[in-house]
Amino acid sequence: MPPEHAHDHPHTHPVSFDPTAAGPDPHAPAPRRDRPLRLGIGGPVGSGKTALTAALCRTLGAELELAVVTNDIYTTEDADFLRSAAVLDESRIEAVRTGACPHTAVRDDITANLDAVERLTGRHPGLDLVVVESGGDNLTAVFSRGLADSQVFVVDVAGGDKVPRKGGPGVTTADLLVINKVDLAGRVGADMAVMVSDAHRVRGELPVVTQSLTEDPAASEVAGWVRAQLAPVGG
Amino acid sequence: MRTAVLALADSRFPGGGHAHSGGVEEAITSGIVSSVDSLREFLRGRLGVAGSLQAVFAAAATHAASRGVTTGHWKRLDTELDARTPSAAQRESSRAQGGGTLRAGRSAWPSPALERLASARPRPHHPLVLGALAAAGGSAPRESAHAAAYLAVSGPSSGGVRLLGLDPMAVNAAVAALEPDIARTADEAARWAGADPAAFPTPGGPALDLLAEEHDRHHHEEGRLFAS
Repeated sequence: MPPEHAHDHPHTHPVSFDPTAAGPDPHAPAPRRDRPLRLGIGGPVGSGKTALTAALCRTLGAELELAVVTNDIYTTEDADFLRSAAVLDESRIEAVRTGACPHTAVRDDITANLDAVERLTGRHPGLDLVVVESGGDNLTAVFSRGLADSQVFVVDVAGGDKVPRKGGPGVTTADLLVINKVDLAGRVGADMAVMVSDAHRVRGELPVVTQSLTEDPAASEVAGWVRAQLAPVGG
Repeated sequence: MRTAVLALADSRFPGGGHAHSGGVEEAITSGIVSSVDSLREFLRGRLGVAGSLQAVFAAAATHAASRGVTTGHWKRLDTELDARTPSAAQRESSRAQGGGTLRAGRSAWPSPALERLASARPRPHHPLVLGALAAAGGSAPRESAHAAAYLAVSGPSSGGVRLLGLDPMAVNAAVAALEPDIARTADEAARWAGADPAAFPTPGGPALDLLAEEHDRHHHEEGRLFAS
């Protein structure tokens, strides 16, 4: 968001009625006051959301105060994974029960997730970052802006190289699209060039990262993007 | 009927209710609920116990809010509801939904009464928040009691749809068939609205209490999809 866009809208933005149009959200994010950045990580089942969350915890845990909310369908599963990987202290993890509707819990009725974030910030008042990992869902699932300040959507090559082309709000509007498990591309017959070019086509200017946590367990590129999200606006 | 009551009873209302099954998840696990018929009978029982209690306190909260009662009176109402909810898991479920409804309702129907309730208890019981919001939205005690009675069966009914894959048309019809019971519950509750809270009815349902406690225990052991 360029600095000249910090205004109360005396002018209007052009409206595109092209359903394939994409691009960054033209509106400035809601100002954050004395609270941690809330980062949503969403994507289909098995695409690697929890592995990415764990990698971010390992990479950023030493430099940031962070905590995680998980929304796995068996809610304790992801939390147990994060604990057993010794990535995070138990007090920094909250598991939310989604009533069998993971997308509802991060989009339509974010109460349980906001409660979990409040419990974490109550326990750790100095948090810089709260990662909210959604339960595995479909390509239309996005985080409410009332819950997540920024969101990452994770897809993987094994899910099929047509996924970016199919679009859906998760792929087209997330602040960052991660194409995961690229080391498997050859084995599952996924054409990386097609995946990446489709992703850029449907996302316009929004960034796309390809990664393999097998080759880079630190998720360096995504971690760098998260650091940039945490930088002060305009700084 | 005012819009506030319709919005508060709408499953779209973002107060956290969608994650609560009111014992239906545990009743399904234990085999008590396995079909539309058994779900309907479970809901009828739930209405008579949890629904009646919640309707009485929702009506009382609407009455209290419209009279601008003190923080002390809100504390009393909250304590009286605590005393009528022997299961710790149910108390937590009610407070979780109360806190969520407070957060979601504050921006839609703000009122001094709601703030006094919030200062009495940061996470008040759900029926009290429901009643205070309904009052701010211009509703009478009978209407908030009606919404509370309806919510006591409508949310839990969707547990049957989501967990058993029951036909949603049939489940909706089962809820609609409870109309005489829901109306009677609301009528009865509205009569208590202005009474001394200590004298309010104390409907007891040990099966629901036990299901709620079992649900909580099983969640820690093997995981549950719903929060109650």
